[in-house]
Amino acid sequence: MTYAIIIIAALILGAAVAAMLSRNLIHSALLLVGAWAGIAAFYLWAGAEFVAFAQVLVYVGAVSMVVLFAVLLTRQGATSAPVEPDSYQRAIFGFITAGGVAGVLLGAILGTPLAVQATPTPASITVKEIGIQLMGPHAAALLIVGVILTVALLGAILIAAVDKPEDPAP
Amino acid sequence: MSPLQLCLVLSSLLFCVGLAGALSRSNTILVLLGIELMLNAANLNFIAFWCYGPHAATGTGVLFVLFAIAVAAAEAAVGLALVIAVHRHRKTVRLQDASTLKG
Repeated sequence: MTYAIIIIAALILGAAVAAMLSRNLIHSALLLVGAWAGIAAFYLWAGAEFVAFAQVLVYVGAVSMVVLFAVLLTRQGATSAPVEPDSYQRAIFGFITAGGVAGVLLGAILGTPLAVQATPTPASITVKEIGIQLMGPHAAALLIVGVILTVALLGAILIAAVDKPEDPAP
Repeated sequence: MSPLQLCLVLSSLLFCVGLAGALSRSNTILVLLGIELMLNAANLNFIAFWCYGPHAATGTGVLFVLFAIAVAAAEAAVGLALVIAVHRHRKTVRLQDASTLKG
């Protein structure tokens, strides 16, 4: 049980670090797909099967395609999409900030006595229960998410569309 | 180290990887992907606390993660559309070059 989470964590963190360090944008996007698949494996390990399948459908399937399309539409080179060297000052300050945040978070986690039962009951929730929860107490949130998705995708199309002037009628 | 602490350490490290990427890379698409990684780390926390928390039967953590995934998908679509729009006007995706509003 514990070895599985360590393997999954190594997969997720390795893919994410390699994606953030890679000089090639397409390699970064594909490595991030691996990281998202590892996160879906974590959800399966934790007993949230429906969330795992939603993660696979939304991230591994849809968001990765959108990202790859954006990379291909905005690349400048002819053959590959190399990223020019970043400014080293930005990189150093970014790493210092992230390292500080990591230190604070890890110190807080390892220094806090978490009240966890020794043998947790295997948490699980069926799709039927999720559906009842979504349609019952959370119906308003579900409607709002639907409206947000519709408005955001229409806005994305409007922003990304080419705004050519209309042809004057002859 | 308990499994809950392992999950929390994993999500903290993932959050910091995303933070380092978002702060240090100059390509707009990579910055957006770093933000997506940070959102995923938050979702890992929700699932970990749902799995090991005292009220696992209610499923609030699972529902929260589902809504967060939907909002993150909308955010990714709008962000990448903005990247494409900026690229059409300026022929670049570097953050430093889109500095018209800089004071």
